[in-house]
Amino acid sequence: MKINFLLMMPLIIPFLFSVIMLFIGKKPKVHRVVSALAGLTMIVFSIMIVISVYQNGNLHTNVGNWPAPFGITVVYDMVAALLVLTTSILTFFVIIYSYQSIGIERETYYYYPMLLFMITGINGVFTTGDIFNMFVFFEVFLIASYVLIVIGSAKKQLREGFKYLVVNIVSSNFFVLGLGYLYSITGTLNMADIHIKLASFDGNKEVMTLISVVFFFVFLTKAGVFPLYFWLPDSYSAPPLPILAIFGALLTKVGVYAMMRTMSLFFSFDQSFTNTIILALALITIIIGCIGALAYYDLKKVIIYNIMIAIGFIFVGITMMDLTGLVGAMYYLIHDMIIKAGLFLIIGFIIYRTGQTNAKKIHGLMSVHPVTGWMFFLGAMSLVGVPPFPGFYGKLFIVKSAFDNGYYFAGIVVLLSSLVILYTIMRIFIQVFWGKPAVQSELRQIKYDKLLFSSFALILLSLVFGFTADLLYPLFEMAATSIVEPSTYADYIMGVE
Amino acid sequence: MKSALKRAGYKQVHKQMNDVHLQFISKVAFFIILLFAFNLFFAGHYTPGGGFVGGLLMSAAIVLLLIAFDVKTLRKMLPIRFRILIASGLFLAVAVPTLLMFFGYPFFTHEFTNVTLPILGEIGIHSATFFDLGVFLTVCGSTLLIIILVGGADD
Repeated sequence: MKINFLLMMPLIIPFLFSVIMLFIGKKPKVHRVVSALAGLTMIVFSIMIVISVYQNGNLHTNVGNWPAPFGITVVYDMVAALLVLTTSILTFFVIIYSYQSIGIERETYYYYPMLLFMITGINGVFTTGDIFNMFVFFEVFLIASYVLIVIGSAKKQLREGFKYLVVNIVSSNFFVLGLGYLYSITGTLNMADIHIKLASFDGNKEVMTLISVVFFFVFLTKAGVFPLYFWLPDSYSAPPLPILAIFGALLTKVGVYAMMRTMSLFFSFDQSFTNTIILALALITIIIGCIGALAYYDLKKVIIYNIMIAIGFIFVGITMMDLTGLVGAMYYLIHDMIIKAGLFLIIGFIIYRTGQTNAKKIHGLMSVHPVTGWMFFLGAMSLVGVPPFPGFYGKLFIVKSAFDNGYYFAGIVVLLSSLVILYTIMRIFIQVFWGKPAVQSELRQIKYDKLLFSSFALILLSLVFGFTADLLYPLFEMAATSIVEPSTYADYIMGVE
Repeated sequence: MKSALKRAGYKQVHKQMNDVHLQFISKVAFFIILLFAFNLFFAGHYTPGGGFVGGLLMSAAIVLLLIAFDVKTLRKMLPIRFRILIASGLFLAVAVPTLLMFFGYPFFTHEFTNVTLPILGEIGIHSATFFDLGVFLTVCGSTLLIIILVGGADD
């Protein structure tokens, strides 16, 4: 009974609290308190989940008391538990950040409930053990994200929102198509069950390669990998910064998670074929991301292109499909979620304070905000992956695994692109914080204590994560094992069959 | 109806008096559709139907009233905020499965009991019905909200 409660909490809490906010109506001040409370409770419960997954191994609860392959199952392995924990932490800080940045009109028109509905969907994708249910949760968070991308109805938001809507509807259609194919082959929708059925599958395995292409198309679109990234930079730069932070940190990572899960559970027949293609795409994504980051002085755009580089890194780690690579990918995934949100929030502060998004028009903020400047510097170091910051561990394992497997080119691209990240982010740092000192009176007079609180908290969290990376290694090893050896994930179903 | 005509460019809009048939029939048809909606809603457990289609039918009945009369009359007939309707629907949908967890079963576990009522005799009470009621209210509320918003009359 305790387990049933605990495992459903990351889904129930955001939903319940947003319903409560709907009852309360258009009272933004109350919404703030309620949503922050939701974030805090989610953090508490997800920490409890991580601890109990660490102690007991994978946990699951059968929704509706239907036994595993027939009903929908909520399964927590370490990957899901860590991702849910990170999501909860980011949600809490982004909610605090929104108090002073999103604007009272958006808050009135149900910004916080929509944010929490989106978190419900994201947590659902991370935790569900049923592939069709995963599609449903994809839709849940996508619908909430359509609202978030156009909330406030600025002209740019509507234009980019439409693009975002079309891209996502098309890729969701392909998701259903792929599900149909998969079901016609295996006759089941439970992910663990599909894995077991496929192990004893004696039909034409070429079909699975075809299905994998459909699925990869969907997830690569959501993750923004090379040929399918075209919608990402513009769509993400349209909404206001707190929304951008949560989109940039979470939504692409959902695609990465789905990819990771399906690659390990379903599409392990022809790995040399599919993984080589994905590796190539990941490398091109890294290069395109580098070019994009070099091309812009726009603060938002630089970080957005850095998302693409990070996605590329994670995919390089995943395609290796060995323990080292996956440990690296997991470290980098969690690190990237935290640090991207932190950096988005801190450049958000700069944008709100100066009213400029172009780094060239900002100068000498160091004289007014020295602490912010050095925090930005620490965040930048963490993004680049200078040891002992957490980015280092991820890259170390990813590169090591790439060299071990003989993909020297991939390893070299990852290492070289780190230099590009260093250059782009330092260029911004020098441009914004150094130079002719800024004058207090020329800056916008806004309240910014909560903006700084959230952004500093996330960057400090990233530092803490870096210093405790060694302590946390068992958790990440568990997570990576669950992906590398999918049979450990599918274990819970064996009692039934 | 009047405001829509005005926006369409008609300068002088007279109150139409020839909609007597529509108004009279919709008054009768409203209750028939309503009964059918509830019938579908309660049938939903074992036979085709359920909260979603019941809610749609219910909102169709109300939209019929909206066409025959106007928003003001509708508001007088149904003094409910649609937002509250949606919120209570969603609340039922999340609260019923959560409450069931207190009995020691997983989320969404279906429970039922038979009770004997004075006139109706023995009827089954299923937890799914209350969840479905949530779906009913949500669908009904959001359909009406969308139609009234698109129709241009503000809530």
